Amino acid sequence: MTKRSKFVIYFVLSLAAFISVFPLLWMAISASNNSQEILGGKLLPGVHLVENYENLLKNQALWRAFYNSARNAILVTFLSLLVSSLAGYAFEVYHDKHKDRLFAILLLAMMIPFAAIMIPLFQVFAGLHLISSVWAVVLPTISTPFLIMLFRQSARSFPRDMIEAARMDGLSEFMIFLRMFVPTMKSTYAAAMTVTFMGAWNNYMWPKVILMEEESITLPMLTANLTAGYVTDFGQVMLAVLITTIPTVVIFFSLQNAFSEGITGTVK
Amino acid sequence: MTSLSTSRHGDGLGTKPRQRRGFTLEKKHSLIGWLFLLPATVLIFYFNFYPMIAAFVRSLHTGIGMRTRFAGAYNYAHMIEDGSFRQSVLNTFLYLIVQVPIMLLLALIFASLLNQRALRSRKLYRTLIFLPCATSLVSYALIFRSIFATDGLINTLLLQLGLISDKIKWITETPSARTVIIVALLWRWTGYNMVFYLSGLQNIEYSIYEAARIDGVSPWQQLTKITLPLLRPIILLTTVMSTSGTLQLFDESVNLTSGGPGGTTMTMSHYIYKTAFEYNPNFGYACAMSFFILIIGALLSLIQLKVGDRRD
Repeated sequence: MTKRSKFVIYFVLSLAAFISVFPLLWMAISASNNSQEILGGKLLPGVHLVENYENLLKNQALWRAFYNSARNAILVTFLSLLVSSLAGYAFEVYHDKHKDRLFAILLLAMMIPFAAIMIPLFQVFAGLHLISSVWAVVLPTISTPFLIMLFRQSARSFPRDMIEAARMDGLSEFMIFLRMFVPTMKSTYAAAMTVTFMGAWNNYMWPKVILMEEESITLPMLTANLTAGYVTDFGQVMLAVLITTIPTVVIFFSLQNAFSEGITGTVK
Repeated sequence: MTSLSTSRHGDGLGTKPRQRRGFTLEKKHSLIGWLFLLPATVLIFYFNFYPMIAAFVRSLHTGIGMRTRFAGAYNYAHMIEDGSFRQSVLNTFLYLIVQVPIMLLLALIFASLLNQRALRSRKLYRTLIFLPCATSLVSYALIFRSIFATDGLINTLLLQLGLISDKIKWITETPSARTVIIVALLWRWTGYNMVFYLSGLQNIEYSIYEAARIDGVSPWQQLTKITLPLLRPIILLTTVMSTSGTLQLFDESVNLTSGGPGGTTMTMSHYIYKTAFEYNPNFGYACAMSFFILIIGALLSLIQLKVGDRRD
């Protein structure tokens, strides 16, 4: 590579990195400015952080929404990883003609846009008297074909000898899964956890439809509600956005290597 | 699998005392397999396939609440006359046709640049370009709305650089509002797709590139002759994912532009939501439009799979 082409590449990548990071810096800075300053394009941190926080607490059940979001996301992530990995493992390890056929059918569910099933789903939960309940948010998102596929792919590299050896030792089939498969596939679980937690934490459309009571709202709903009036206080909005983003950024930084590893295993 | 055949001498006749009621070990394992995949399967059938069929049945009915009656294709015929729906289809396809190719091309370029082993800090660049994925859709929509405010940062910047003479009303005029949505989408998803390409590139032996370079193959030819053919399955995967994602756009339309001005940035999902849950709820009609998205999505993926999966 010539020096000049190297320089061009560094320039392009730096520009892309700057554009990628800037809106997040902007968000962090803006959380300490008032609405007028934010909409005027002020680039420096200001003195309104506490004021924004107090306004937010006064008008919204901020920590209630934070708790709801966290509880929903943790519940979805835990159940989703358990159910989907068990299925992915079973589709690979115990596979036969009928299971392969079922797997192909389940993959079709990936084609269904959520908007297409939203209304019947709403009616399902209305029938179960579960509207606004945590289960209405959690249940439809537990089992996804994408995760089942991810775990099936990773189960492909799980050595059969280990299963046989464990059977000889008298370990039950479920214990083989729990004690041997789960610990071996850490990077797949990390990738699945990143995708699922972020999806659940950031989910907006379905909670907006099904959570009709004030006290069950989630952080993205709370943030969006801040813009519902005639005048939007962007100081509060930016602080709410910041609070919504911090947990996912933390997860992103701690799990991103495992995430790319897990994806690399899948796209092979 | 051959090791399983040791169980054969059970013969399915229950001659071995530890196999109850004539179960061979193989049969037992198969049954346990079914048990393991049962929860996931039941959930997908109950929360995906059943609602899909219910949506279709509902789409053949009109009326509100419990008082509905069969109406055949009435809702589908209404879609053709409904200007707002046609507008939302047009908007969604505009995003699809403009944004998805630009995004995938950019992602491919960044990924190939980051695959150059001679570069330093590749990991840092990857992390930073991937970072937008950590923001929620509602959050980034609102961040972009504030940056593109009429007195906001972008206009101030463009004015100072002398690129524009009047402030652009980004959010409240149709062409610029659409541009903002496309720019926002590019920002949020380019890094995501880049990671997929990068993973794919790392599965390609790097020595192929070194050999090509020694043979004097130009970077452009390396891209078209080595990278693209080998990445084809992943390009296909990202195209299918982006297409179905774009057909389902909702959060950006709601929070960035509120579908305005005059519905010219509203997506199909946003319009369906409005039809079903705002004003006079019309579930039957909303279901018909939902089913339309399903059919379009399935058709597009089918075409993409047909085109992308051919072997040379």
